[in-house]
Amino acid sequence: MDIQALTFIIVGATFALYIAIAIWARAGTTSDFYVASGGVHPVLNGMATAADWMSAASFISMAGIIAFAGYDGSVYLMGWTGGYVLLALCLAPYLRKFGKFTVPDFIGDRYYSQTARTIAVICAILISFTYIAGQMRGVGVVFSRFLEVDIATGVFIGAVIVFFYTVLGGMKGITYTQVAQYVVLAFAYLVPAVFISFYMTGHILPQTGFGATIAEGQPGAGQYLLERLDGLSEQLGLTAYTEGARSKIDVFAITFALMVGTAGLPHVIVRFFTVPKVSDARLSAGWALVFISVVYLTAPSIAGFAKVNLINTVNGPDLQGVPYEEAPSWVTNWEKTGLIEWEDKNNDGRMFYSGDERNEMTVDRDIMVLANPEIADLPAWVVALVAAGGVAAALSTSAGLLLVISASVSHDLLKRTLTPNITDRQELMWARISAALAVAISTYFGINPPGFVAQVVAFAFGLAAASFFPAIIMGIFYKRMNNLGAIAGMVVGISFTLAYIIYFKFVNPAANTPDNWWFGISPEGIGTLGMIFNFIAAYTVHKLTGDAPQATQDLVESIRYPKGAGVATHH
Amino acid sequence: MAFKSEELAKAYWRENIGLVLKLLAVWFLVSYGFGIILVDWLNEITFFGFKLGFWFAQQGSIITFVILIFIYVNRMSALDNKYEVHEH
Repeated sequence: MDIQALTFIIVGATFALYIAIAIWARAGTTSDFYVASGGVHPVLNGMATAADWMSAASFISMAGIIAFAGYDGSVYLMGWTGGYVLLALCLAPYLRKFGKFTVPDFIGDRYYSQTARTIAVICAILISFTYIAGQMRGVGVVFSRFLEVDIATGVFIGAVIVFFYTVLGGMKGITYTQVAQYVVLAFAYLVPAVFISFYMTGHILPQTGFGATIAEGQPGAGQYLLERLDGLSEQLGLTAYTEGARSKIDVFAITFALMVGTAGLPHVIVRFFTVPKVSDARLSAGWALVFISVVYLTAPSIAGFAKVNLINTVNGPDLQGVPYEEAPSWVTNWEKTGLIEWEDKNNDGRMFYSGDERNEMTVDRDIMVLANPEIADLPAWVVALVAAGGVAAALSTSAGLLLVISASVSHDLLKRTLTPNITDRQELMWARISAALAVAISTYFGINPPGFVAQVVAFAFGLAAASFFPAIIMGIFYKRMNNLGAIAGMVVGISFTLAYIIYFKFVNPAANTPDNWWFGISPEGIGTLGMIFNFIAAYTVHKLTGDAPQATQDLVESIRYPKGAGVATHH
Repeated sequence: MAFKSEELAKAYWRENIGLVLKLLAVWFLVSYGFGIILVDWLNEITFFGFKLGFWFAQQGSIITFVILIFIYVNRMSALDNKYEVHEH
């Protein structure tokens, strides 16, 4: 059976599984959707959180970016895991004790201000939009390859499916569906990694395999894999794989923005409101990170193997280039999507990949994970499985984000703030309109992306780092912080970060070089600076306008210990 | 007030903050310290095929993060019991 037919079968089977579980779980939990999820064991809740969290960026894009960026790709690995430490230690237990469902609710109540709530809603919408634009690109990459269409059509098909998936609704909140999605996703990620690791180094564990020596019969046998990669990179005019090209301050800033952003992302924080106890909120964060680590510790090894394999198959064992007629099928298959291009600059009929003027290949980073099983010549069912994993990762996260956006617009913004008199029917209508609008806008950015999936998603983290993180941290650890301070901080933080990203990515992309960046910090890492500005603005305004009222300070005292935590209430 | 006295409430919060700061110091050390600031220096050391700094940036820091959260979970539930502010 060919890859395409197998892909249809496996993707279809996993879809059927999710829907079956959703229907089965829904029957048992009619009484109260939110409280029901409180009965879930912290291990399962952690698994569901991991599935919710790991999106197209983690699944499809990350290992590809690491393959090309080498050490610099570590920012994503550390950034997207280290944030869970902050979440567990500094946010989750306190927000759970506070007992509300959304981040704008916490901000609005803690800072006793409708304005603060509105600003928080706007921040939440901006963050979710940026995030979903990255997801849509990921969905598009998957569909374009397996339906053999170009990337724009792939994004469009993906968008239609995401829209209907979301309109089916409810599904998102059901923890057991996400548990199933995690299992599919992790399995699909690990299987090819284990295969490739064993094939290339004789190690079953990819984590030790990419630090091992290359097996007999492979180019460079007996050499350490990473050493060979460094050597190849040097010969081909690329930066040494284990060293990286970004400046230290930029690596630092991006990692920090991603970590702090993780702890400020609305759809992540929400997960910890629904556990029954404060101690479970701490434990859930721990288990979530365990399950996330399963994928994140594998990603760098996939990256290393993929890079070696790519160079071997394109340039050949003797680095003379492989004749195009002998190109493996994955090259020609991905050429159809427009995500691999070959331009025979020296007219020798051979492909060549390098980091200098000899380069003839344009390889989109986002295809590496999907193409990896084909590059390593694994069985067709593994290739199909990876597609199913990618679809699961992208669809679950996009659908969840769409729900956040539509609820923010129709409920938090219209019903609670602008037009409190609208009827339920109108509210529902607005929810659908905003979901449709969100899909349309994110489809546009999916077709014309301002960066690779993981980079676009990184902007969302920067925005979260610069807006929510300081407001929540001060809300818990600095009880005298007042409404005006928090508002000033959020406005300064998000405006600065957004302006910086828009300037370098849209207004003047030509200027997007380290020489023009403030303190050498790239748009991906600027959220760190935005966060610092947020803290400074908040503290200054607070000092000028006085302390928060005593009632608020007492409220903050009461969220600092677990005893007496009730079930979270919705608005 | 869940605590028997104002002093106990303060002491609980102080111990909590102390624990969090200690764990965050380790968090900072393995990622920003070993993985970024000291990476070139640690890369001089290799074990198996890994340069040590590179290994911390792509593997070691993540493993440490997981351990840190579970230490926090255990210490905090001990602290909650000591001050009798745990949940039923």
